[in-house]
Amino acid sequence: MTVAPILRVSALTKQVATGDTRLTILGDVSFEVNAGEAVAIVGASGSGKSTLLGLLAGLDTPSAGRVNLDGHDLFALDEDRRARLRARMVGFVFQSFQLLGGLTALENVMLPLELAGRADAPEAARAMLARVGLAARLDHYPKHLSGGEQQRVALARAFVVRPKLLLADEPTGSLDATSGAGVIELMLGLNHDFGTTLVMVTHDEQLAMRCRRIIRLAAGHVQG
Amino acid sequence: MATLAQAWRMLARDWRSGEVRLLAGALAIAVASITSVAFFSDRLGRALVRDAHQLLGADLVLVSDHPWQPAVPEEIAGRGLQRAAALNFISMMQPARAGDQPSQLAGVKAVTPNYPLRGRLRIAPGLNMPDQPAAAGPDRGTVWLDERLTSTLAAPVGTRVRLGESEFTVAAVLTLEPERSANFFNLAPRLMMHADDVAATGLIRTGSRVRYYLYASGDSVAVADFETWAKARLARGQRVDNLESGRPEVRAAVERAQRFLGLAALLAAVLAGVAIALGTRRFVERHLDGYAVMRCLGATQRRLLALHGSEFLLLGLSACGAGALLGYGAQALIAHWLAGLIRAPLPAPGVLPAAQGLLVGLVLLLGFALPPVLQLNGVPAVRVIRREAGPLRQSVLLAYGSGLAALAALLLWQAGDLELGAYVVGGFSAAAAAFVGAGWLALKGLAGSGAVRLFARGSPALRYGLANLRRRAGANALQVASLALGLTALLLLTVTHRDLVDAWRRAAPADAPNRFILGVQADQLASVKRFFSDNGVAVPDLYPMVRGRLTAVNGREVQAGDYPEDRARRLIEREFNLSYATELPGHNTLAAGSWFAASGGARAEISVEEGIARTLGLRLGDALTYDVGGESFSARITSLRRLRWDSMKVNFFVIGPPWLLEKFPASFICAFRIEPAQEPLMGRLAARFPNLTIVDVGAVVRQANEVVDQLILAVRFVFLFALGAGVLVLYAALVSTEDERRREAALMRVIGASRRQIVSSLRIEFLVMGALAGALATVAAAAIGQVLASRAFDLDLPVNPSLWAIGPLAGLALLSVNAWLSARKALAVAPALTLRDE
Repeated sequence: MTVAPILRVSALTKQVATGDTRLTILGDVSFEVNAGEAVAIVGASGSGKSTLLGLLAGLDTPSAGRVNLDGHDLFALDEDRRARLRARMVGFVFQSFQLLGGLTALENVMLPLELAGRADAPEAARAMLARVGLAARLDHYPKHLSGGEQQRVALARAFVVRPKLLLADEPTGSLDATSGAGVIELMLGLNHDFGTTLVMVTHDEQLAMRCRRIIRLAAGHVQG
Repeated sequence: MATLAQAWRMLARDWRSGEVRLLAGALAIAVASITSVAFFSDRLGRALVRDAHQLLGADLVLVSDHPWQPAVPEEIAGRGLQRAAALNFISMMQPARAGDQPSQLAGVKAVTPNYPLRGRLRIAPGLNMPDQPAAAGPDRGTVWLDERLTSTLAAPVGTRVRLGESEFTVAAVLTLEPERSANFFNLAPRLMMHADDVAATGLIRTGSRVRYYLYASGDSVAVADFETWAKARLARGQRVDNLESGRPEVRAAVERAQRFLGLAALLAAVLAGVAIALGTRRFVERHLDGYAVMRCLGATQRRLLALHGSEFLLLGLSACGAGALLGYGAQALIAHWLAGLIRAPLPAPGVLPAAQGLLVGLVLLLGFALPPVLQLNGVPAVRVIRREAGPLRQSVLLAYGSGLAALAALLLWQAGDLELGAYVVGGFSAAAAAFVGAGWLALKGLAGSGAVRLFARGSPALRYGLANLRRRAGANALQVASLALGLTALLLLTVTHRDLVDAWRRAAPADAPNRFILGVQADQLASVKRFFSDNGVAVPDLYPMVRGRLTAVNGREVQAGDYPEDRARRLIEREFNLSYATELPGHNTLAAGSWFAASGGARAEISVEEGIARTLGLRLGDALTYDVGGESFSARITSLRRLRWDSMKVNFFVIGPPWLLEKFPASFICAFRIEPAQEPLMGRLAARFPNLTIVDVGAVVRQANEVVDQLILAVRFVFLFALGAGVLVLYAALVSTEDERRREAALMRVIGASRRQIVSSLRIEFLVMGALAGALATVAAAAIGQVLASRAFDLDLPVNPSLWAIGPLAGLALLSVNAWLSARKALAVAPALTLRDE
């Protein structure tokens, strides 16, 4: 059986101007990711991992090259269309959690549902938080949750919209080993259960080994 | 609908986390202040005009030196207006059992029973007994005598008096006659009687000097229509008095009160604008991440804009609604408080002021908050991955310029008092710009100066604190400027405002003269002065008075018909009271030109009051010709004087040097104050100098003081709103850098700074900023106070030394407390937690 690629990256390049010169952060990066696949992008600090992730999500625009997400040429779309595509297909998990400090755990998880105009937002969010083991902490604010718990809320927020693609940026980067391991188990479990495609940026080789495929970046270029 | 529901949820969440409370508070205060002032101006303004009409006795008074043709009173009735009539004349009267009692000159006023139409006569059952409003005028066969006539005539209530061919019973002591003050110069002590009793006295004959009054009151439009009708039919010797022409001092007080109220509302609005701007900046900074996350979660820019726009609209409507309610409540409370002072109920509040307040609030929100919120639109979603990707920077000019433009538009639309508005908005903009500039220069200069660095060498905390001041000179200058603005407002509203109010009170002081003496002859001057000194009363200044008619200006004969304005025509028709003096009277100020040269006899010059000069179109250098008892003289205007008509002192439209006017027959006039216990003295004075006319203006002064007190109370209350807005600005300015300082303190602790070092460096930073803000605010408050006093309120404001102490101290004290609070907050949370919040 042939599985169609959900993500097709071709000759992706990102340069920034620094004074008179142009600095290449990503150079001519190409790869494909099949639906349901789990891929790790690894590399040292400054290798361009996070820039690549931003481009894959259409959060940033490349200097050259294309990203095709589920048949959509991402950069042929304008910013708003890309946002709508993200709302439909993409979930995010960040190293620094990016929970909204003024919202409770439940409200943070409800947010993408509310933005999508879903009437069942409270119920769906509650169920998802129960799924990540936080049924008892619905009304807690991020600052009252541990790092591991905050990342679980972030996972609940990412998965509650049933995304086709989950983009994770150093999901354990801010956590100790135990919490980190717990979060990874949970993420991979949810990924499997929901049949989500996972693209995870990490510098942790151990963690990368948990994915089916590893793409290595060095100085903005794919290695080997 | 979905957007509105989501915006509502966002608003509720932001409210819960405290993000929008400052904004809501500022808006509510602005709206409450504008609304209550609008309600006030509306209700109190209408009541004041009505009260002022009470002083006139009606909405409109028609005066004639011959009986009114019947068509005029019929027209009043025909237009559905209330009508009353009176006639005035001077007559001798005496007690019925004359004995050795001399006759006494009385100013007789014969009235219809329904006089006055506005205000009430007050009568007492005897001398020095409590008075009360009279239900109607005197009954037929009775008269009321005023206090002075009762005592000089020794005709207490119950005795009989003779007037012409009739005898009357004294039925009451007349203590207050509203209209009395309007032309008190012409008044002898008052006798009031029924109009129908006049004919029997036989006093009105051909050639008698009688003035016939017609009074009209009712619906303001109908009154105005009738005024137009009547003016078109006035014959020689007839005129129409309305509030405008009748009571300049009351009009001045009302106008001044409205300016104070307008100022309070404007200050509150400007301050609320600043608080909104500061609050929105904090809101935007705190929402940058959330905005980026929502973009990641797939919200389009348009949707986010709609969401935030709706959130702010809902916030605006709720806060403005609350503010309007607060404003309504406030004015109701004031109306309740002032019920004792305002004798009749206030007109009911209208809906318009509330709508006005709501609109002002929304315009403020749009002007000051929308531009920064729109800035969120430029937040790149990639900020969730790379924090350094911030929003596109928007120019401060655009952000605050739009707010100021909105305010300016408001001013144009609102009260039409462009001058006051320009002073407030212009003053605040200039002050804000000067504050930022001066703050920046001072911070850079202070922290960078070699001497200060040398001084700070031994203390790392001091060094770090100063370095911080210099490093963040831009942001700190903004904070200093905001603090200084808030402090300026507080100083203006407390210290300067009190000075202004005191100056206002002094303009109509409690110890203002309450008696005038007219008709002192030159050969009586010495003995009148001696009478005062012998009886322990300060000898008043006696001013000579020469009566003359203006006949020509620059050689051209003038006639009443040359002037379109009613007041000008009357001035031409009647005789002026001219006076002469070598020195400028102490309560006059020179507005233009120069006072008489001391040379004496060299030049024929005169000094004219600037108001009358304006009315008659006179300028410096014009030559005026007067006719005094058939003899003419001409003189050039060499100065214009400014007078305080509400000072109750002796004022003259025209003053010449003695060498010009001394040759004409003159009588003398003076104003002085006596206390109630000295009242019998006036009887003795009248007995000793029977030719003198003693005029009691005490009642007028009392009324004027009452009106001023009532207004000041109202103004004080409305100023509380502006005070609240000022406090909000201070709070907003103080919390604006709180997050940043907390992060920095956490970092410093991580790298080994002790709590003491952090507290000391924070204290140094805040103390320097406090002293700077306090000093800037003091200078600004003093300057704005002076400009307001002289330009907007026409008051003299003495320099208040306590302001110069309170201002800087207030800045220091405020920022010391803040340094302590800020340090507590910064140190209360473990550094790891603060940094993890990043």
